[in-house]
Amino acid sequence: MAKYEYTEMKDTRSGFGDGLLEAGKRNDNVVALCADLTGSLKMDAFKDAFPDRFIQAGIAEANMMGVAAGLTIGGKIPFTGTFANFSTGRVYDQIRQSIAYSGKNVKIAASHAGLTLGEDGATHQILEDIGLMKMLPGMVVINPCDYEQTKAATIAIAEYDGPVYLRFGRPKWPVFTPANQKFEIGKAVTFQEGNDVTIIATGHCVWESLKAAEELESEGLSVEVINIHTIKPLDDEAILKSVAKTGRVVTAEEHQMNGGLGDSVAQLLARNNPTPIEYVAVDDSFGESGKPEELFEKYGLGKSSIVEAVKRVMER
Amino acid sequence: MASIQELENTASQVRRDILRMVHAVNSGHPGGSLGCADYFTALYFEIMNHSSDFTMDGKNEDLCFLSNGHISPVWYSVLARSGYFPISELNTFRKIDSRLQGHPTTHEGLPGIRIASGSLGQGMSAAIGAAMAKKMNHDDKLVYCLHGDGELQEGQIWEAAMFAAHNKVDNLICTVDYNKRQIDGDTDDVLSLGDLRAKFEAFGWEVMEMNGNNMASTVSGLKAAKHLTGKGKPICILMTTEMGAGVDFMMGSHKWHGVAPNDEQLANALGQLTEKEGDY
Repeated sequence: MAKYEYTEMKDTRSGFGDGLLEAGKRNDNVVALCADLTGSLKMDAFKDAFPDRFIQAGIAEANMMGVAAGLTIGGKIPFTGTFANFSTGRVYDQIRQSIAYSGKNVKIAASHAGLTLGEDGATHQILEDIGLMKMLPGMVVINPCDYEQTKAATIAIAEYDGPVYLRFGRPKWPVFTPANQKFEIGKAVTFQEGNDVTIIATGHCVWESLKAAEELESEGLSVEVINIHTIKPLDDEAILKSVAKTGRVVTAEEHQMNGGLGDSVAQLLARNNPTPIEYVAVDDSFGESGKPEELFEKYGLGKSSIVEAVKRVMER
Repeated sequence: MASIQELENTASQVRRDILRMVHAVNSGHPGGSLGCADYFTALYFEIMNHSSDFTMDGKNEDLCFLSNGHISPVWYSVLARSGYFPISELNTFRKIDSRLQGHPTTHEGLPGIRIASGSLGQGMSAAIGAAMAKKMNHDDKLVYCLHGDGELQEGQIWEAAMFAAHNKVDNLICTVDYNKRQIDGDTDDVLSLGDLRAKFEAFGWEVMEMNGNNMASTVSGLKAAKHLTGKGKPICILMTTEMGAGVDFMMGSHKWHGVAPNDEQLANALGQLTEKEGDY
């Protein structure tokens, strides 16, 4: 019983750009900072609409994070924009002390996350960011699955008081969630109900999971597909409820196996309902240059890898 | 308006607080704290427009940030003595369940603190953000930030310095505690700071110098810095101080950066500092 409909190909970063513009229209306190990647982050529309609320930080991400933290003191709601790599690993201590520990209302908007950044290669393809960010006390971690969900998430986090890490990507990707959807932080979305196995996916891997489910259903399996857009706080209830029914889990994410969504799910299940689980994730490896779809295939994140993982977990 | 004598009396009491706080827990950083006692006293009791009825946004108030958070004892003492929290709470410094953490934090809700500091090099960026927010909010008050000189070895400081000048953040006064010492020794031996005036000027700042261990000079210097605001440039004060200022055996070296006095040393030090306003 599928609850989604493909509409078009569109990048999640454009969802961020459009959501930021909307958030800016709704609240004068929303401000945006960017570290010399305004076009890449699709922040031009916000910059043009609100030039006095846009701050060009230059290629100085550590300072950008600190300035954002300082802006919150005057009641601003700053969104920082740069690639995911430079939004996390490069500025981890700044985020830890000036934002997370200080409890500042900063929204860290991180584009070009994961392998699908593509041709730029491993220096820019961060696959550790979810883990880094979810370890920080109080940090909300969100990885939406398509353009519309990213737009809705951007609007929603502007209305939430506290630090948020919002992760999205570069390539055009299928859009299959509704326009003007209500985004609830920490609330899982079930795209397809089933009884034999639960696929729990985040980000670009949600679409791949739905395609995999389609193939598995044609082979007679009943597959549940849950979209975890908020990795932290995790929707424990939705996951436990689904797993109580299916008893088998596959997680899928564009991230290292260590520290990602799969680990969060495994931790939850180990403590509440030990369940066979297979991971679709990057296995302790850096990426490389290539086209997004080629990289998804080579590093085992695509539809066929998810199908195989489901078959493995069914045999356990 | 406090007289210089009154401010000196307060600074003497603040120095007693610092010594007693670090002695009580046998940890903390007395050297830089003592060196900056005159600066903080002048700031909170004479220069800043502020209210001890603390609000995070500090709207229509001057704001103070401490980037080199390890000299928390001096800030805690001055905050307590200007009414932000009970003076008796100084007794909880660095102890379990205290709001007075080793390094300042908002996490425990201590009035007067607006951001955590301790990991060095981050305070200038936060102060710039707060100063920019003031401009956006049409709030004409100022933002003060104190830095260690050794802290200037952190790269983020220079990112922030470039950014503040580019954005004409001229409601910001950053003071460098220029005692020329850091944990491992003299800054000249550890990693030379070079010509700080020339460096900040080259980054586009208005730079002035001030003796930070003479109350009259500190007050007049901070007043002069205020007159330099609003002219398109951020202000940098190179504040000459002596690590351990006020206690003879703590001056002249880096060794009291992060070491607490023992009982005998405490008695000796307190003997050099008159109790003016009552110990906590």
